[in-house]
Amino acid sequence: MDIELSFIWAIIIAFAVLTYVMLDGFDLGIGILFPFADSEQDKSVMMNSIAPVWDGNETWLVLGGGGLFAVFPLAYAVIMPALYMPITLMLLALIFRGVAFEYRWRTVSWKPVWDAAFFGGSIVAAFTQGIALGAMVQGIKVVDRAYAGGWWDWLTPFSILTGFAVIVGYGLLGSTWLILKTEGELQSKMRGYAKWLGIGTLGFLGLVSILTPFQDAAYFQRWFSLPGSIFSVLVPSLVGLCTWLLFTGLKNKKEIQPFLASLSLFILSFIGIVISFYPNIVPPSLTIVEAAAPDSSLKFTLAGTIFLVPLILIYTAYSYWVFRGKVNPDEGYH
Amino acid sequence: MLDTFTAETLARIQFAFTISFHIIFPAFSIGVASYLAVLNGLWLKTRNQTYLQLFNYWKKIFAVAFGMGVVSGIVMSYQFGTNWSVFAEKTGPVLGPLMAYEVLSAFFLEAGFLGVALFGRERVGDKLHMFAVAMVAFGTLLSATWILSVNSWMQTPAGYSINELGQFIPEDWWQIVFNPSFPYRLVHMVLAAYLTTALVVGGVGALHLLRNKADAAARKMFSMAMWMLIIVAPLQITVGDFHGINTLEHQPVKVMAMEGHYDSHPDGAPLILFGIPNAEEKRIDYAIQIPKLSSLILKHDLNAPLAGLDTIPDEDEPPVVIVFWSFRIMVALGFAMLGLGVWSLWRRLRGKLYDDSWLKRAAIVMAPMGFVAVLAGWVTTEVGRQPFTVYGLLRTSDSLAPVAAPAVAASLIAFIIVYFFVFGAGTFYILRMMNKNASTPHLGLKDGPIRTASPSLVATIGSDDASGDKHGH
Ligand code: HDD
Ligand code: HEM
Ligand code: HEM
Repeated sequence: MDIELSFIWAIIIAFAVLTYVMLDGFDLGIGILFPFADSEQDKSVMMNSIAPVWDGNETWLVLGGGGLFAVFPLAYAVIMPALYMPITLMLLALIFRGVAFEYRWRTVSWKPVWDAAFFGGSIVAAFTQGIALGAMVQGIKVVDRAYAGGWWDWLTPFSILTGFAVIVGYGLLGSTWLILKTEGELQSKMRGYAKWLGIGTLGFLGLVSILTPFQDAAYFQRWFSLPGSIFSVLVPSLVGLCTWLLFTGLKNKKEIQPFLASLSLFILSFIGIVISFYPNIVPPSLTIVEAAAPDSSLKFTLAGTIFLVPLILIYTAYSYWVFRGKVNPDEGYH
Repeated sequence: MLDTFTAETLARIQFAFTISFHIIFPAFSIGVASYLAVLNGLWLKTRNQTYLQLFNYWKKIFAVAFGMGVVSGIVMSYQFGTNWSVFAEKTGPVLGPLMAYEVLSAFFLEAGFLGVALFGRERVGDKLHMFAVAMVAFGTLLSATWILSVNSWMQTPAGYSINELGQFIPEDWWQIVFNPSFPYRLVHMVLAAYLTTALVVGGVGALHLLRNKADAAARKMFSMAMWMLIIVAPLQITVGDFHGINTLEHQPVKVMAMEGHYDSHPDGAPLILFGIPNAEEKRIDYAIQIPKLSSLILKHDLNAPLAGLDTIPDEDEPPVVIVFWSFRIMVALGFAMLGLGVWSLWRRLRGKLYDDSWLKRAAIVMAPMGFVAVLAGWVTTEVGRQPFTVYGLLRTSDSLAPVAAPAVAASLIAFIIVYFFVFGAGTFYILRMMNKNASTPHLGLKDGPIRTASPSLVATIGSDDASGDKHGH
């Protein structure tokens, strides 16, 4: 019973993190692509394509943090100090990009400042999230239920590589989202970008996959013994399928296909990471069961979660539905 | 010298700094969200254009304040881990679920409906739009409920046991959520948010009335705010009194510090109105005091004995000076708010509410005072419970994360610079919007050209604006 509850919770937290990465991924991606907009009009369209939903997207990050605090307090207490610098930087970056949504409409002389804040905040947030991922994959040193490393341990060539990988990946999500939401010149421009960002994403994905087993031999073992090996076969072929869908979608000027294919690439990479980590929640040594809160906390939280999360998904979907279709450059309330 | 800036001190400064900034925004947006719901409801009911105008005016101000609240809040939810990881690990089983429920039930609700409330009136129609506005307001209140339950549990822990690892283990969720100080703190804080908003709305109304007495929107704002003030200010003082009595029961040391009672008073304690706390000598210098009144207020008996800080070991004493002053600032402002409310009621009954320039000036001076009172109140609460994070059970010094002092120093400096820059700019934009009256069609963007004074820019901005504000009118 014990194990099952913490296991269910591991799935829910993984779901929250994945949802965050997908939603805020295209959201941050638009910030990353922001300097490439030619005109004020294009900038407004890009921003308005996410203005009604960005806050909801970012709330999944709060759920990731808050959820971890609730059900895996030990993991929360170990990861946060270990990643002190990248997380603080990420929070500061999110401040800059978050306020830019409102500020840029409130001033003319300082508009370039907030446009720069939107771009800088987005790219730094993506980079630090990638670094955090890389640092987790490398492993976090835990002694006596506490972080036992220094405050620069997170910085390695591998974590910098994953940092860049996430920037490029989010860029891909952003560009394919804009293909879906825009028309005309901006759209065809994004098609061009999406191709290169797609190639870049796959390149980074390959590189990170090759290097990951060298971070910890256990990863190697998990991928090449059952049941992980089933996925070792499955995941690469599914990645192949998504790649094909992405590029044919771009070539045939499909609108939604490239976006869905890019999201699927993210889902597959995420599954790959989950397989590598399992049964740990913080590699190399802190397991899901060890980090879990007592049963009474897990049950109490689960009781509400199982009906609140579907409810959230419903009204989030509703909000996307309300703002469906191409962005009308003349719309907005500012 | 550098020793005084230990990792612990730095982390405490950082926490106090970031939470103090954060609370400013919710204190305002909880109130404005409810105000928007009321305005929109009145507009739908009466179809009086003034309400719609006011709704659109405050909506824009709300959007900026809300954005600042969100980003400063995200910082808070990670700081428990980054800076107070031992605290997080020990209290996580009890407090984590409450915070998770805050995210699931409140933050998603606000965020999910915010887009529709701000941008969607034409897309979804009046009814669904009203629903979205109400959900945002409800979300802010729910969020306050959960987080205040969390904070109150740290002040007056209940319903837990402690396991062999030193973790707090939940035993009774009802007792945890409805811990002894929670109802008082919740009501007091929500009223504080409404007062804060009423003062701001009243101040803005007064400003525009001073410029133009016939401004219909300004009259409406001013009148609504002054009604709110006269109703809520006396309530708040009453609730504050109850809150204090509750604190005396559960955290008597905090009350000793608030009252400046260094010494015990076996037969009736005086109420010290003012004085200079002398921390070294442990006495209040130049005290102006009313004999036995403190016993009357706290115990409802003139001669009831009250223990003082002399009964408490020094290492368990909170910093008296800060608590003594912050408490007095809050209470003084509470009475000043009541005074403004009474004055406005008197002028209103005379039919001269919009004529008294001194009343308007006073309302402008009082406009920011809600924020000051809220901060003073929280400083009283939080500093008064030191040196504990979980009252009586877990010391602040034992809650700290294993992060080196230079890392905390770096992040603290970064937070200070970024917060003053970013939130300073936001405050400036808000004030600039408030400086426009509610019939100005396009708050904000209009100002650009005035400052840059370039005709071509005026033209572009003009067209930009005309399209941009389609929903506004
Ligand atoms: C507009 C804001 C405002 C105003 C006018 C007042 N308060 Fe207050 N007070 C707060 C806003 C606030 C607060 C920010 O909401 C606090 C901080 C924590 C809390 O629960 O409420 C608070 C805390 C607080 C506490 C500390 C409780 C504790 O820590 O255990 C006491 C005893 C009072 N208040 C009492 C009063 C009294 C007697 C007032 C009458 C004049 C008063 N307050 C006016
Ligand atoms: C929003 C209004 C709040 C304000 C203005 C505020 C202010 C402060 C201040 C000034 C301190 C430092 C006291 C000291 O170190 O001497 C402090 C400490 C603390 N507060 Fe609050 N607080 C607020 C709400 C909360 C809430 C809602 C929580 C939890 C959910 C919380 C958790 C803590 C903790 C854990 C500490 C101990 C760490 C420290 O000493 O800095 N606070 N707070
Ligand atoms: C340490 C304590 C606190 C934490 C960890 C915290 C966390 C957060 C977070 C993460 C958000 C952003 C939500 C989003 O993404 O939409 C937020 C916003 C908010 N918080 Fe806090 N908060 C704290 C203290 C408080 C207090 C004391 C109150 C009120 C009594 C409060 C009320 C709100 C409200 C109403 C919002 C909505 C945004 C806004 O109104 O500006 N919070 N908070």
